[in-house]
Amino acid sequence: MTPEPFGARLDDVVVRFGKQRRMTVDGTTFKDDATVALAGVDLTIRPGVITGVLGRNGAGKSTLLTLLAAFNRPTSGTVRLGPDGVSPDTWEDPWENPWVTSNVQLVRESGDLQDDEKLSETLRYYADLRPCWDADLAARLLDMFEVNPRKKPAALSRGKRSAVGATIGLAARAPLTIFDEVYLGMDAPTRYAFYDEILADYAEHPRTILLSSHLVEEVERLFEDVIVLDRGGVLLAETAEEMGRRGFSLTGPASAVERLAGDRRVLHRQQLGGTLQVTLEGAPDDGEATAARAAGVELGALPLQDLFVRLTDPARSERPAAGRPAVTETDR
Amino acid sequence: MFDGPEPIYVQIAQMIRSQVLAGELAEEEQVMSTTQFATTFRINPATAAKAFTGLVEEGVLYKRRGLGMFVAPGARERLLDQHRQAYYDDVLAPALAQAAVLGIPTEEIVAYITGSDGTDGAAHQTTQEKS
Repeated sequence: MTPEPFGARLDDVVVRFGKQRRMTVDGTTFKDDATVALAGVDLTIRPGVITGVLGRNGAGKSTLLTLLAAFNRPTSGTVRLGPDGVSPDTWEDPWENPWVTSNVQLVRESGDLQDDEKLSETLRYYADLRPCWDADLAARLLDMFEVNPRKKPAALSRGKRSAVGATIGLAARAPLTIFDEVYLGMDAPTRYAFYDEILADYAEHPRTILLSSHLVEEVERLFEDVIVLDRGGVLLAETAEEMGRRGFSLTGPASAVERLAGDRRVLHRQQLGGTLQVTLEGAPDDGEATAARAAGVELGALPLQDLFVRLTDPARSERPAAGRPAVTETDR
Repeated sequence: MFDGPEPIYVQIAQMIRSQVLAGELAEEEQVMSTTQFATTFRINPATAAKAFTGLVEEGVLYKRRGLGMFVAPGARERLLDQHRQAYYDDVLAPALAQAAVLGIPTEEIVAYITGSDGTDGAAHQTTQEKS
């Protein structure tokens, strides 16, 4: 039987690394500057949904994901996890909580493998740890990824190690499954096979899946929800559909495009001869769509990748206030 | 696949409607499951499910418990009706408006459609286009 998917809630979570009192040679003490990995994160992760976790390097993605798996503890604030169908008020802190942590499988890019034992030993370890472990699925996936379980993980290439991580994450069938950049080193066919296996197994065994990736274009359609982190804060947390409505593009004869763009905010502009493409904020209404078609202007969706790049542009001076659309702050 | 400006579930629904209209999906024929849809097009199953829910409400599909989704009886006829009505507003009106902008006289357009201007006529070409 498939257990209920797990949801998660973070309230005002702060994580600081490295802050400590240190003594100098002459006996006085001073405080180290701490690195703030997460700065006051409020977030709800919907149970039973595939959520994308996006952010530039150092945005706080891995810190957030390790908190959920209790590999790490917040400096302040609360993290709560629990199954769908019960009140989130009864959800529990994962820290040193065997009931919660047995239901959470975090796969990190390092893979967390036992390097000097045969791979089959690592698999046995996870089988003991995860109540819903599916050994047949694990065997089938390793076969598909062409990984020999009699080998030691140390002998595996980067891509094969990632494939083992993907296998562990899927075979664990954990109510909360987290893949933190698990695609690293995988070639494109392997990555697509991995995405297909996620979708197929998720459809069969609904659970909560968090997936962090820098390959936004490849994975955006897997997501029902998307979280964008930037500099330790949550920039956006909404459904992929809502995110798609944040912008659209117009491509066609420059004059017609200019006229149709009207006074909408232009996020991006690219001109090639007489053809102009503009990316605009907001969603087109029916009238605009009809007018565009009549003028021979093509309407296009705003790729999540473009939105993401603009949102996390380092030239952007300030972070938008919590809960407000962020697009307005970006781009020149 | 599915790179239009509309949400993907809208595009999926549109694709199924087109297939029903064109007769590629017969009435009472089973459509792909949300899982098949998700893995075939590499999209979230919820996206496919949302498209199906909309099509069930429209009466294009219906659900057989435990079996899956099927094309509803009379679905093609209903879609034809709707699309015929929309054709004038969505397709012809903008085309004529554009003709007006370009100063193409109505007689010339009529002549083009009936083929009396020496061309083969455009009427049968447009039938190639799915709405």
